Amino acid sequence: MCLAIPGQIVSFDPALAHSATVDVVGVRRKVDISLVEPEGVSLGDWVLIHVGFAMSKIREQDAHDQMRMLRSLGETQAAMDEVRGYLDDVSEGKGGSPP
Amino acid sequence: MKYIDEFREPRLIAETSAEIRRLADPARQYRFMEVCGGHTHAIYRFGLKDMLPRNIELVHGPGCPVCVLPMGRIDDGLSIASAHDVVFAAFGDMMRVPGTNGSPLEHKARGLDIRTVYSPADALKLACANPDRHVMFFAIGFETTAPSTALTLKRAKTLGVRNFSVFCNHVTIIPAIRAILDSPDMRIDAFIGPGHVSTVIGCRPYEWIARHEGKPIVVSGFEPLDVLQSTVMLLRQLERGEARVENQYRRVVPWEGNRPALQAMAEVFTLRSYFEWRGMGFISQSALAMRDEYAEWDAEKRFSIPGIRVTDPKAAQCGEVLKGVLKPAQCKLFGNECTPERPIGALMVSSEGACAAYYQYEHRKSLVAISA
Repeated sequence: MCLAIPGQIVSFDPALAHSATVDVVGVRRKVDISLVEPEGVSLGDWVLIHVGFAMSKIREQDAHDQMRMLRSLGETQAAMDEVRGYLDDVSEGKGGSPP
Repeated sequence: MKYIDEFREPRLIAETSAEIRRLADPARQYRFMEVCGGHTHAIYRFGLKDMLPRNIELVHGPGCPVCVLPMGRIDDGLSIASAHDVVFAAFGDMMRVPGTNGSPLEHKARGLDIRTVYSPADALKLACANPDRHVMFFAIGFETTAPSTALTLKRAKTLGVRNFSVFCNHVTIIPAIRAILDSPDMRIDAFIGPGHVSTVIGCRPYEWIARHEGKPIVVSGFEPLDVLQSTVMLLRQLERGEARVENQYRRVVPWEGNRPALQAMAEVFTLRSYFEWRGMGFISQSALAMRDEYAEWDAEKRFSIPGIRVTDPKAAQCGEVLKGVLKPAQCKLFGNECTPERPIGALMVSSEGACAAYYQYEHRKSLVAISA
């Protein structure tokens, strides 16, 4: 339930406020960065993501440690399913994967 | 038990374990409660209990939002979906949680429009993409998750999305800790504080636990070394007769919390006067409701809800397990009537629940040992 997934910010979309694309072990998705924006976020920064929102900025080493811990908790699959499951686009009839 | 070589910094782990043994007074029994379900899972998975002396007992707290949600709330949510033909969107964790007439997944098989989403924002996207359907997000979670729901609601209001609502079941951790401390049979010496909840609320809200209840609390990370270091910090405080809030998880948790998250929650939510917790009963001011400004997006105000109450069977002793009076396996139902496949009590419902974690990692181990 309370997965915190480490990801690296790889791009910003100037047309989309409070949003950034993050890379989580090769999977790229847009996440909401409203909660970390006030402290300043730049390309290459590492963040902890929870339910599609970046919750806090972390150091790169801590991001790698967090990923390794998810692996040893047996939660990598759940984390990657979550990241892959984030909806990027809003188009008619799309979204909401079957449970 | 795992071999400590599998963990990061095994030498430091061995040193920390040795320090715990040095600090723990053999004449004394210690009961430390880890509040967060994530810690419970990590403690069992990593076999951390085996690294502690026998006189340090870890008691598993109420911090699993799926576990503490009363069955009546699931029934209410599903009845809205069924009676008003709305899309029921929820996190995957909710999908197998039983309601009186089956889980959301079973209702899907019977034809209800049930969708798994990984973010509240995605439930809103679903509503935008399907303007002819109403999408209701079944929100659960502690303060870790509530800000995301708050920001999603703010966005729905800004965008004027009318076919979207939230059935709010967000709960707050401090009143649950207070309820445990107020219980007459409470036997906790100190707390391992939640990691991710504290990213949002910070460490200050725990100060009363130290100041007024005289119990040390250490906000902790989730790695084996984190939990062991937090145990050392608690033992040091107890040895010196101190009670303070300390932050072991400084690499992620700022002392003041996350201001934008707290602001968003304050803007959208207000405290309910009381809310029912599975296994703990009604706790005052322990859950969030949506403010009147968000009434249009509040499923409880928008739709009539039956207000179903389902009491747990009397034989289930979830409350005693939560307070550390009983260990999971000491409950009469554990492993017989109540299993992760067919949970009866709250703590068996999710993998982060104390009984489910104990069943998965300890009970099975003992069954293997018996049959071997």
